[in-house]
Amino acid sequence: MISIQSLTFGYPRSAPIFENFSWQAQRSETWAILGPSGCGKTTLLYLLAGLYLPASGKVLIDEQPLARPRPHTGLILQDYGLLPWATVRRNVDIGLRVRNFYGPDGIHTPRNHRPAANVTHWLERLAIAEVADKFPAQISGGQRQRTAIARTLALQPDLLLMDEPFASLDAVIREDLQNLTLELRAEQNLTLVIVTHTIEEAAIMGQKILLLTHPPHRAPLTFDNPGAGREDYRRSPDYRAICDRLRQEMSAR
Amino acid sequence: MKRRDILAAALGLILVWQAAAMLIARPILPEPWLVIRVFVDELSRELPGHFLASLWRVMAGMAISIVLAAPAGLAIGQSKQLNRIFSPIIYLLYPIPKVVLVPIVMLFLGIGDLAKIVIIFLILFFQIIVLVRDQAAALPFQLIQSLRSLGAGRRALFGFIYFPASLLAILTALRQSVGTAVAVLYMAELFATRRGLGYYIYYNGSTLLNYPAMYAGVLAMSLLGLGLYFSIDWLERRLCPWKFVT
Repeated sequence: MISIQSLTFGYPRSAPIFENFSWQAQRSETWAILGPSGCGKTTLLYLLAGLYLPASGKVLIDEQPLARPRPHTGLILQDYGLLPWATVRRNVDIGLRVRNFYGPDGIHTPRNHRPAANVTHWLERLAIAEVADKFPAQISGGQRQRTAIARTLALQPDLLLMDEPFASLDAVIREDLQNLTLELRAEQNLTLVIVTHTIEEAAIMGQKILLLTHPPHRAPLTFDNPGAGREDYRRSPDYRAICDRLRQEMSAR
Repeated sequence: MKRRDILAAALGLILVWQAAAMLIARPILPEPWLVIRVFVDELSRELPGHFLASLWRVMAGMAISIVLAAPAGLAIGQSKQLNRIFSPIIYLLYPIPKVVLVPIVMLFLGIGDLAKIVIIFLILFFQIIVLVRDQAAALPFQLIQSLRSLGAGRRALFGFIYFPASLLAILTALRQSVGTAVAVLYMAELFATRRGLGYYIYYNGSTLLNYPAMYAGVLAMSLLGLGLYFSIDWLERRLCPWKFVT
């Protein structure tokens, strides 16, 4: 599904963040990208989203090199992704309206797109139907993030990229949304890549974990965490073991 | 604010005026009922023509300033290079009180409507360009990236982000500066014209010494300013309801 080959990327006038970096993810896998702030994990996500382009090397999704955002990839950011002047319903259907606007051109919109704007199913699935006519400023942080998820899923992506999606939420709401995200991932058979700076979140969400420490990144450091997503994983010894291991790795480097 | 409270405030102001007129008891401050009667009489005579002349000048100035300033503000707000070139120029020109340009504009453009419209334009243009620029520059990077990730290219970004964002900035700019625009229009209509409320007020007050008619003109000019302000306020509530929710 995702194949990064000999990627080199850096911002203008600063040292490269990725140098000859290669990494693969298979369809339907759930990956957590873990690392401290400033390590380049968000940059990697933007590269996967096609918002940034590599200086050299390739980012392939479904064997196609990325030259722009791909219609079947969904991206969810920590905050500010919602239009303040649009109601929840209009924020959820905006992806569809963008697609209706371009028509099925194969560039901005998949070729098989049919004009549609009904997002009631997604408002209900994400439990935000009763705030559908409110503006983002009027709803809670959890509801705002549910709105962003609904908007992305309404476009029926096969790859979902999330950048610290729950970082600004209370612990209970965060846990709720983590579980909901895992449920939706299974329901929609999505490939999920979630960026996080907390070890616990990486261990809960990622069946595979990619650890980034100090740039430049060359060889990927990955961990298997097959129990993630299982019910009650939070209270299992496996969960504590992987957390300890990640903590050791992070402080050793 | 409730409509009832605004009406009560209007009534209170009329009472203060009435009391002042009774205290001063001279023709230079006629009582409100007399002014209102003269105003109604004048409605079937020259006043509407002068009112329309002034209204036309303000509306034309507004339209031209929106058409030129909004796209310019958007362009400058979005582009670092354009911002580097134009922001210092705007910074220098923005604080100049445009009313001092009235004689200069008249020297160049003469006595017709054009000079008056250009003066209104100068006032509104800078206000709009500054607010639209700041609004466009303040749009969060994440907002734009998340829409791009949904497939939006340039045209969709304009339609779904930049246009609604600048609409709010335009309305705010107009609301803040329409009062100044009407005030400066009054100044401009004192010179070299025989149409417009400024001329009407000045002519009745200092040539004919018809004070009630002069006050009727002042009332008409106030209604012009208030009417424009209320219309913009109404449009803002209609088009930007998200600004008014709690």
